[in-house]
Amino acid sequence: MTYMYPDARGHFGKFGGVFVAETLMQPLAELRAAYEHYRSDPAFQEEFAEDLRLFVGRPSPLYPAKRLTEAFGGARIYLKREDLNHTGAHKINNTVGQALLAQRMGKKRVIAETGAGQHGVATATVAARLGMECVVYMGEEDMKRQAINVYRMKLLGATVVPVTSGSKTLKDALNEAMRDWVTNIDNTFYIIGTVAGPHPYPAMVRDFQAIIGGEVRYQIMEFEGRLPDALVACVGGGSNAMGLFYRFLDDPQVALYGVEAGGEGLATGKHAAPLTAGRVGVLHGNRTYLMETDDGQIIETHSVSAGLDYPGVGPEHAWLKDSGRANYVAVTDDEALEAFHVLTRIEGIMPALESSHAIAYAKKLAPQLGRDKVIVINLSGRGDKDVHTIATREGIQF
Amino acid sequence: MSRLELRFSQLMKQGRRALIPYITAGDPEPRITVPLMHALVEGGADILELGVPFSDPMADGPVIQQASERALRHHVTLHQVLDMVSEFRRNNSDTPVVLMGYLNPIEAMGYEAFAKAAAAAGVDGALTVDLPPEEADEFVTALRSRQLDPIFLLAPTSDAERIRRILAVASGFIYYVSLRGVTGAGHLDLGEVQRKVAAIRKQTRLPVGVGFGIGSPQAAADVAEFADAVVVGSALVRRIADLAAVPENIPAEARSFMAALRAAMDVVPVAKVSGG
Repeated sequence: MTYMYPDARGHFGKFGGVFVAETLMQPLAELRAAYEHYRSDPAFQEEFAEDLRLFVGRPSPLYPAKRLTEAFGGARIYLKREDLNHTGAHKINNTVGQALLAQRMGKKRVIAETGAGQHGVATATVAARLGMECVVYMGEEDMKRQAINVYRMKLLGATVVPVTSGSKTLKDALNEAMRDWVTNIDNTFYIIGTVAGPHPYPAMVRDFQAIIGGEVRYQIMEFEGRLPDALVACVGGGSNAMGLFYRFLDDPQVALYGVEAGGEGLATGKHAAPLTAGRVGVLHGNRTYLMETDDGQIIETHSVSAGLDYPGVGPEHAWLKDSGRANYVAVTDDEALEAFHVLTRIEGIMPALESSHAIAYAKKLAPQLGRDKVIVINLSGRGDKDVHTIATREGIQF
Repeated sequence: MSRLELRFSQLMKQGRRALIPYITAGDPEPRITVPLMHALVEGGADILELGVPFSDPMADGPVIQQASERALRHHVTLHQVLDMVSEFRRNNSDTPVVLMGYLNPIEAMGYEAFAKAAAAAGVDGALTVDLPPEEADEFVTALRSRQLDPIFLLAPTSDAERIRRILAVASGFIYYVSLRGVTGAGHLDLGEVQRKVAAIRKQTRLPVGVGFGIGSPQAAADVAEFADAVVVGSALVRRIADLAAVPENIPAEARSFMAALRAAMDVVPVAKVSGG
């Protein structure tokens, strides 16, 4: 590849970097060194590949969505079925990788933050498998909204700690996980769930997720004999999108679309679209686009999808936006919900509300591109977890 | 000579250690902050650390997190914090004031604009918790152009190379974080802190202050035996929180807490004069 980001200090252009308190600088250096070592260690890579095959169930299929293609009336649409992974989303690719690294580094305790609970479940899952202690930080508000996932994590043996500070959501859970890490550096590995945080996390999580696009490259050949014209993925922190995009960054003919949560509409201010409508700042260890006030305070975000409800975004997406390599757009809650129903009814696939944002944008893009073009959408997770949210919005009581 | 240098050299001549209280600006109400700053000085504080409230204080324990939340309920901005320093300076021109906080509010204002406004307000230095020297070149240049001191943390996890790197850019004083953890945690290992402070001293002429986890007059006295400055944050902020419903009582309480810390620190014989 000729694309060579981040640089040695973790910068993607002016984005990324390491913005943490001094106490964490040395543990991050240790993590960097370990990751640099194991990423080129054949034994590590082999074990990772084997776990992805036998435990996660990879490769995930690339599915030609014929009826969705008909319905949208344009480009041929393929779905990358990350929803079929063990635990139901792409998150497990990364937790398998980081847990193997934690094991190699001799850490017996892993911690994680979670919003909707998908990353928490994926972390609790690998911790159970490797016999590690697992503590998951989750905003008190999110725990109420995602009670089933909280119980799932407990069944897997994890301790779920409610976070009551700030807005009591994902960003505060991340703060609290950082506070735990700084207190328990010696025995603890912090498994961050997205391509954010201080270097090396954005690059490391991207690398563990890059298998998504890596598989798409050869899978699409069987159907089309060529690369796709466009890739579409939702972007909260941005790990499923980076995982899909990364292996295509050097193929300029492949257009990249990241779809943010437009919430109730960008004009209302009630959204979670920092790339589309935010400003550059520093949060959670890196410089990136943020949702913030003029005074630099982080503001609460809004999205029907808890997994996209985050005020920042991975620094590599900030760079891909500014460099013009990727396009970032937003769709509203209502558009995402409509897409959820369309895919469920005509393809028999119930997408996560996060992934529904990508489907909703493809509805606009497919007719623009026309029938001779090819779109791959990352179906990053399954929608079972969202059934309750959808029912509540539609006034249905169980 | 900067206000910080002058203050440390006066203390050294007197054979005393600096007492540095931390408060969050605007906690629990903006109108209390300036009277509180004066009360801290009256009680015996030598340098003031004024916290800039931030929505996501990652390095702080619950006590200081909640102080930020109380201040932000009043929408306290960095501009307002600087106005508080200006107001404090009307009646106090010799007590150094160091701003402590997180980078993002300063990024939002812009480094140059911040340095200019801070210097004009009478600020002496700035400590941005989440800005390690690797990322700090531009910020340090902006501060220095206005004669402001960039103050950096050193931690138990900082190895010899990091200590060298930080000493190369820091001025004013060094803030040694006495434990692995967040502000207000309670597991201080005095022996380890003393060894680390001694190691830092060998490499710098800057005064070395110690903070995080120092909550009582006894702890302050213990640390004063080997450090040039003692920073007390959470223990003070907890007292402020307890009086949030009767904020007019806060300055008197803070004054007497400072006096107790001061008295305990001043009975410590300062055998070895530090700073060079």
